[in-house]
Amino acid sequence: MLEITPNTIAFLVFALLSVGGALGVVVSTNLIHGALFLIVSLFGGAGLFVLLAAPFMAAVQILVYIGAIAILIIFAVMLTRSMTSLSEIFNRQWWISAIVAVVMLGLLLVGAILPVWGPSGTNAMLPVSDAVGTTVDLGIALVDGNQFVLPFEVASLLLTAAMIGAIVIARDNE
Amino acid sequence: MVVQTESFVMLSIVLFVLGAMGVLLRRNAIMVFMSIELMLNAANLALVAFARYWGNETGQLFVFFVITVAAAEVAVGLALIVAIFRSKRSINIDELHEMKG
Repeated sequence: MLEITPNTIAFLVFALLSVGGALGVVVSTNLIHGALFLIVSLFGGAGLFVLLAAPFMAAVQILVYIGAIAILIIFAVMLTRSMTSLSEIFNRQWWISAIVAVVMLGLLLVGAILPVWGPSGTNAMLPVSDAVGTTVDLGIALVDGNQFVLPFEVASLLLTAAMIGAIVIARDNE
Repeated sequence: MVVQTESFVMLSIVLFVLGAMGVLLRRNAIMVFMSIELMLNAANLALVAFARYWGNETGQLFVFFVITVAAAEVAVGLALIVAIFRSKRSINIDELHEMKG
């Protein structure tokens, strides 16, 4: 299915990083290790974004996800003093959850892959055009009145609200 | 040769299900949180893959907003977890059952 080209090799490496990191998050017994596996997985995702001609998204992924979110999670791990190795990592309903997860995988594969790329599908796998949006296009779309200026402003409002909310919730009310 | 979109979508499905497994299976609330980030990241991957497929940057803008919402969600969610830890001295989700009907 996959020919050996530099692109496919890079894809396999980054896919391995993402999936390996995700597996590490799901099964690790140490929360700090889990957070580090999360960083590995997100880094793999950033590499995949580069392969998909989205370098700006890769940069945002590294800056926001790895630089801010992962560090915030590590802070929370330390604040809750829960980094000691966990003896029991799965909750009480783990067997129901496992069944649900397997069924979800099956449904997603059947629902998303078969109709489009199955034997009777259109078999269109490669990008339909070579046009690639540049970072300039993204920037213009974010401030263009006909495109995404309203979601952009709402996002800034959401971030402000989240910041105030986080301060209010986590404050020590003595 | 560029990699087929199919490969990216399959990888996205695998990552999403791994994240869902983490959300459903793990006992520690912070691990559940990390798994939610994995699920969001899987959805982002599919969005960027389709943006590349159609040669249209709208998918990338969606990813931009998803990342914004994820940042907001992490800030509030971790604050909640810390607050819960302060009041109950535990963030084990099996012990958080006050709202059980």
